[in-house]
Amino acid sequence: MPNPQPPLRARAALLAAALSGSLLAAAPTAALTVPDDMAQRMQACVVCHGKEGRATNHGFFPRIAGKPAGYLFNQLNNFREGRRLNSTMTYLVDHMSEAYLHEIAGYFAGLDLPYPPPQTTGAPPALLARGEQLVRQGDPQRGIPACSQCHGTAMTGVNPAMPGLLGLPRDYILAQFGAWRTGERRAAAPDCMAEIARRLSLEDVTAAAAWLSSQPVTSGPAPAGSLAPKLPLDCGSGLR
Amino acid sequence: MRRGRRWPKVVAALAVLLLVLAAAVAWLNVRGEAPLEPEASLGPATGALLERGAYLARAGNCAACHTERGGAPFAGGKGIPTPFGTVYASNITPDAATGIGNWSPSEFWRAMHHGRSKDGRLLYPAFPYTEFTRVTREDSDALYAFLQSQPAVRQRNREHDLRFPYDQQAALAVWRALFFSPAEFEPDPSKPAEWNRGAYLVRGLAHCQACHAPRNVLGATNDRLELSGGLIPMQNWYAPSLASPAEAGVQHWSIDEIVQLLKTGMSRRGATMGPMAEVVFSSTQFLSDADLRAMATFLKQVPRHDPDPPEPARAPREVLELGARVYGNHCAQCHGKQGEGAGAAYPALAGHRTVTMGSSANLVRVILSGGFPPTTPGHPRPFGMQPFGQALSDAEVAAVASYVRSAWGNDAPAVSLLDVQRVR
Repeated sequence: MPNPQPPLRARAALLAAALSGSLLAAAPTAALTVPDDMAQRMQACVVCHGKEGRATNHGFFPRIAGKPAGYLFNQLNNFREGRRLNSTMTYLVDHMSEAYLHEIAGYFAGLDLPYPPPQTTGAPPALLARGEQLVRQGDPQRGIPACSQCHGTAMTGVNPAMPGLLGLPRDYILAQFGAWRTGERRAAAPDCMAEIARRLSLEDVTAAAAWLSSQPVTSGPAPAGSLAPKLPLDCGSGLR
Repeated sequence: MRRGRRWPKVVAALAVLLLVLAAAVAWLNVRGEAPLEPEASLGPATGALLERGAYLARAGNCAACHTERGGAPFAGGKGIPTPFGTVYASNITPDAATGIGNWSPSEFWRAMHHGRSKDGRLLYPAFPYTEFTRVTREDSDALYAFLQSQPAVRQRNREHDLRFPYDQQAALAVWRALFFSPAEFEPDPSKPAEWNRGAYLVRGLAHCQACHAPRNVLGATNDRLELSGGLIPMQNWYAPSLASPAEAGVQHWSIDEIVQLLKTGMSRRGATMGPMAEVVFSSTQFLSDADLRAMATFLKQVPRHDPDPPEPARAPREVLELGARVYGNHCAQCHGKQGEGAGAAYPALAGHRTVTMGSSANLVRVILSGGFPPTTPGHPRPFGMQPFGQALSDAEVAAVASYVRSAWGNDAPAVSLLDVQRVR
C-alpha cells in the first residue's frame, strides 16, 4: 500500500519506532518486489497442493489445477460454511468475500499443467477390473451409476462444476468416500455423492480408487464443456 | 461435655455466616436492577431504528457467536470453548418458542445491562455483558428492534457443556459478585466528544477488552490494566496489548492508519490475521468513518503500560543455524533475505511487533496456520501466507521462530519446543 508520507510524519514515525525498538520496521532496506498477480497471491496453497496447485503423486492432497471453476468455488464455500471439515482450509477461506473465492477458483481452473505419472502401480488385475467396471458401467442392479456419467467419459470433469477424478492420490479418494458416509463431507442438497457413497461397499470404493489413481492422464485434462443431458441422480452441486 | 455444648453454637454461627454471605451474593447479583416494565413496548419500528440496530449488531459482532458456521443468522448453536467447558450461544431470532420472540425490550435490556435472562437465570459472561453493560438503553432498544425484525428460526438452544461447579447458577452468582457490577458509560468531561464516542464503543459494544485483556484463573478480565493484552482462552492466539507500542499499541500511529486497519484489515504498518481478521471482516469494516475515527482517537490515547521486558534467552547456535536454513528455504522468497518484506504484499519481519513481542504465540500460530488478511472493499485481494504446520516439525518451527526473533536487529527471546507444542 504505497502511501507517501509528509516528512514530518515520517520523522515522527521513525522516532516512535525507534523508541519502541523497531527502527527497521519504519526504514526498510531496499524492499523485495513480488509479482502483483494471482500466482503470487496463491502461494499459500502450494505448500500442500503442490507448485501451481498441480499436486504431487504421493501423499494426500488433491490436485486443484484445471478442476472446473464451479467445483472449486463450491468446495471453498463448503469449507467456509462447514459442509467440509478441514481446519486448515476453513481457516484460510474464513474471511474471504465470495468475489475473491470466485477469483481463486477461476485462477486454479485456468491452469493447464501436465499431470504427474499415476500414483498407484501394481494393483491386482481383478481389483482394477472391478474398479474400471464400476467407473465405466456402475452397478445398475444396486442403483450405482457409472462415475463417467457425471464426471465425463474421459473422467477429467465436466464444466461447470463436476470435478475430474484422475490424478488424485488414492488415499484422498478413499478418505472422501469415508467422509461422505460419516457426513464429514457434505455438499449443497441434494447431496448426490453422499447418496452414492452409501450405496457403495468398502470393496467397491477400494476398487474404484485403485483404478482411478492408476490411470495416466494423456487425453488433455481440460473438463468437457457441458453436462450430460440428464444426471442419474439429482445433484445440488451439478447446476451451480 | 463442655465441647459438646459448644458445637451447636459454632454450627449456628457458621450457618448465620453462610446465610449472610449468600444474601450478599444474591444482593450483589441484582443490585441496580430496576423492576421490569412489562408494558414497555417500542411501538412500530421505523426504518431508521432498524438501520441503527443493524449497524449496532455489526459493531457488537453479535453474529460472530450467535450464528453457527453455515447456520441461520442469529439462530445460535455455536459452541464457544472456554477453560471451564463449552458455552453454546443462544438463539436470538424472534422465534417465540426457542428465540427471543417473547422478550420485552426491558428483558432484552436486562440481559445486556445486568446479564440476566428473561426467566431470571444468570447468564454466562461468555456473553460479554461485562462490557455490554455500558451500552445505553437507547442502543439496546435499537438492537432489540433489529433482532425482532429478523426471520424467526425455530432452533432450540443447546445446553451448555460445563464442568462442575461451573455449571451451577450458585457458582456463577459468586463469580458475578466478585467480578461484575452493572455500569453506565460515564463520559469524561475533560475529553473531547470524539474520544468519548470512541471510549463508549471500545469499552461497550465493541467489547475489545474481551480479548485484549489478561484473564485471571476464573476467567475474569481486569479493568485496571485496560487493553493490556491477553492470551485468548482456548484459541491459542494472543490478543496483543493496546497499551504498549511494543505490542499492538497504536499510540504512535496516525489516526488514518488506525482507521485504515479497522476498515480494510490492512495498513501501511501491518495487517490483521486470525481472530482480529474475523473482527474486521464481520464487524469493523462496516462501521462509519466517524465511529472508526472516534475509536482510533480513543485507542491512540490508551495510557501506556509497557510489559516487563522478557527474560533474555538466546537459542543455541545450532538451533539458529537450522532456523536460518528453514528461513532461507521457506520464508525468504516472500519476506526477503534480510527480513525486509515485499511492499504491501508481505510484511517486513525486521522490527515486526508480532515477531518481537514477548509472547511468541501469534508468530508460531502464523507459521503453523498461515492465513490471509480479511478481504474488504478497501483490500479485496490479499496475499496469503502458507500454513507450514504440515511441512515443518515442531523443532523446525521453534528454530525458525527463534531465528527471526534474533536476526536483523530483532532481539526477542528464543522460542522453545514447548512454546510450539502449546500452540499447535
